[in-house]
Amino acid sequence: MTNVIIIGAGHNGLTCAAYLAKEGKQVTVLEAAEQVGGAAITREFAPGFKVSAGAHLLYMLDKNVRKELSLESAGLSFSQLDMKTVALAEDGNHLHISGKALQGAMITTSDQSAYQEYKRFMTRFAGVIGGMHNRIPPRVGTRNFSDLLTLAKTALNVRMLGKDDMREFLRVGGINIYDILQENFEHPLLKGALSLDGILGTNLGPRSNNSMFTALHRLSGLQGMAMPKGGMGAVSDALATAARKHGANIRTSAEVANIYMDGDQVAGVELQDGEKITADAVISSADPRTTFFNLLGARNLEAGFVRKISNIRMRGNTAKLHLALDGLPEFNGLDKNQLGERLVIAPDIEYVERAFNHAKYEEHSVKPVAEITIPSLHDDSLAPAGKHVLSAVVQYAPYHLKQGWDTEKAGFTDLVIDTLEQYAPAIRQQIVHQEMLTPVDIEREFRISGGHWHHGELAMDQFLMLRPVPGSAQYQSPVDGLFLCGAGSHPGGGVMGSAGRNAANAVLKATTRGRDS
Amino acid sequence: MSELNKRETIRPIDFSTKKHYLTKVFPGPFYSRQEPLNVLKEWGRWADYLSPAAYTCSSMEYFAGRSTCAVFDLTPMTKYRISGTDALPYLNRLMTREVGKIKAGRVGYCVWCTDAGQVIDDGTIFHLREGEYRLCSQERHLDWLMTNTIGFDVTVTDETHEVAGLALQGPTSCATLKDMGLAGIENMKPFGIGHFEFEGTELTISRTGFTGDLGYELWIDPQYAEVLWDRLFEAGELRGIKPMGDEALSMLRIEAGFIQAHHEFMPAHETVRASHTRSPLELGLSWLVDFNKPNFNGRKALLAEKKRGHRYNLVKLDIDGNKPANDSFVFTTRKKFVGTVTSAMWSPSAKASIALASLEAPHGEPGEEFLVEIYYQRELKWSRVMVKARVISGVFYDPPRKRLTPPADF
Repeated sequence: MTNVIIIGAGHNGLTCAAYLAKEGKQVTVLEAAEQVGGAAITREFAPGFKVSAGAHLLYMLDKNVRKELSLESAGLSFSQLDMKTVALAEDGNHLHISGKALQGAMITTSDQSAYQEYKRFMTRFAGVIGGMHNRIPPRVGTRNFSDLLTLAKTALNVRMLGKDDMREFLRVGGINIYDILQENFEHPLLKGALSLDGILGTNLGPRSNNSMFTALHRLSGLQGMAMPKGGMGAVSDALATAARKHGANIRTSAEVANIYMDGDQVAGVELQDGEKITADAVISSADPRTTFFNLLGARNLEAGFVRKISNIRMRGNTAKLHLALDGLPEFNGLDKNQLGERLVIAPDIEYVERAFNHAKYEEHSVKPVAEITIPSLHDDSLAPAGKHVLSAVVQYAPYHLKQGWDTEKAGFTDLVIDTLEQYAPAIRQQIVHQEMLTPVDIEREFRISGGHWHHGELAMDQFLMLRPVPGSAQYQSPVDGLFLCGAGSHPGGGVMGSAGRNAANAVLKATTRGRDS
Repeated sequence: MSELNKRETIRPIDFSTKKHYLTKVFPGPFYSRQEPLNVLKEWGRWADYLSPAAYTCSSMEYFAGRSTCAVFDLTPMTKYRISGTDALPYLNRLMTREVGKIKAGRVGYCVWCTDAGQVIDDGTIFHLREGEYRLCSQERHLDWLMTNTIGFDVTVTDETHEVAGLALQGPTSCATLKDMGLAGIENMKPFGIGHFEFEGTELTISRTGFTGDLGYELWIDPQYAEVLWDRLFEAGELRGIKPMGDEALSMLRIEAGFIQAHHEFMPAHETVRASHTRSPLELGLSWLVDFNKPNFNGRKALLAEKKRGHRYNLVKLDIDGNKPANDSFVFTTRKKFVGTVTSAMWSPSAKASIALASLEAPHGEPGEEFLVEIYYQRELKWSRVMVKARVISGVFYDPPRKRLTPPADF
């Protein structure tokens, strides 16, 4: 097997391409859009204004990928590192949260010390989750040595926490972040801001079980929040450069219409324009439902597997707001330096839970939660001189909305700007252009079924050997010659590259030893 | 009539409200005719329909099936209508066999599996008209059939309650139908389907059955169920027609060597212990598995099983003596345990003690000899015997009339 096709030039597709090309495979990457990057792109949304269209903060990029593919020499650099969080208060008495300490908002010493302990155990526990990221998930009920070794290593990592921390890890791992924050803290701003770790990009409220797991997953990169210079697209560009350097051929505006079979084997792909490209293996970075249903076709799969794929929870609940501003916005109680941090609107944890309530009934939040950045403060390539770009992750905006997004989008955008106005009263007058990406828009633009940016809810029942579903969790699929390398596979979404890297390993393993069962 | 003897009147069920499941067990469309004939008042339950276990005497009903003709109410059998442009590709993914070989106007036997290649159920596909199929089976499968529709332009409708069915089985069945005025019925070949005008409606008849004998199955709108029954019994009066219950049918099907869910195999979706299911290869149905098809449910697992070898063989045993070997263990002649009997009886037609048995592979070659452990009692005294048995390759009872077209006029 020498000739492989990778569907999608998102960061995982590019990562997989780079590793396989490095190992001498003849790699062709096919990207539907005009530029590489998938949802990890920087694009112009108004003349002269650019923004990271998907994720706007980098905190999980796989260190191995960064090093092994020499991303720095391929052009990756950062405009800002170790960003702090500012928990916004309407009265301007904000709470500043850094990796080390808390400041402002009359925070008590007991919260200060509880925060130190919280950071300690969250970092340890996140390390256990992170320890699984770079491994092909083990199959259950097998005697395969490498599977058993992975299971043993994972168990050992948990055991190595020591008696007390292990017990605590097993206690908190599956429960909700609301209970944990209530156990540890008093200050509403602190609890509100920290709860976002468990719910951003998910279909969970702070009180939903599993929200502690998502928080640990978010922290599992064990690195501070950073902004790539040139926006998130710079990560993808560096990955594309690395992949090309190793010999991968990347074609943009080449939308795959379907994956075709020869008998029971995958034989290649057909593009929208009818061009057919044969390959020994096809590796898809598209989400599992798109890959199996839209590209391969459910009829080429067995029905039990089809049922599992159709049951993956993958409805987006997160929207993205982009504002082009004719000047630097003024937020009550923040100076220019502080404006450049990660600003969050989550004044208390009940506020966040109430915002989630609406989503359960196919309504958007009336008082939304937001994670705001103003990247142009650190990077003048993103906006004309003196002008700025505001990027906000907004929740909750369910994919299925009772009235439909066609009628609700304008109202929701207004409502989010109203919410911003409570912290930055003059911001509406500064808006030159605005763009709201609802999950439906995310689905359309980035071709992610359901518009869920993790390609499937990150949950304990959709993680490791259960991601995306058993039978396809080792980056392979039930169809010979078809592999997965996207965020729908272990270890999931966030700009990491680990899924792409692991998938490359799985493909190489399958090539050298054939499929072992 | 005294208060004590007054019985609650059982009325036919109104399915239009979709509340029929609340009544738990309900009478079928032939109930008004079955009830007076069912002198034993022995009713069983089949898919929530009242289904007679026996009307008078199961042995006599059995002999009607072999010597004259017997009528069995098939209405409770689940019937799914499958149509749409993708009906054939849909069925080909669902079933292990090549469904395209079942031409319009023909019926085919089939079996279907989970992804793990384990049998969910067996049944018959009726290719009623070009592209219009009906799947009949003992168990219910709507959820699985709906799951299978993902990715196909196909409509699956449960029409169990919209179609009344009667099996008419036995040597005089064809003559009875002819007497009923169904011109040309004698020309229908085995597994054929015909549509007839009957009392202003359409009567569909297939030359199929569960008895391994000459026989037909009659399908009609339930509103015409009673008139069909009446006309059939009128026509068959001098042909020895008799109603038959479940017990007699069961005897006929064992003689025919047919497998049945909950006897020869557990439907995979109802099985808690994964290893207690059976693959088609383990039920002697490898002839129904077509690996030339690029995809069907269970293909991958069955290919692997074919390579690795399967765990069990389903065999037919001819057992010495006359004691039925129900539920017996089977041993090698050196008394090593190798399997169990799944169905057994003294066969009046074959004049032999016969059984279907599931044996651990590789046992089960034709001619191979075993010992069957039979417990029996005489006047409450229990005894145990180890009886010799051998695997046979043919059918226990195979009357040539079942294939003859036109059938002889009895």
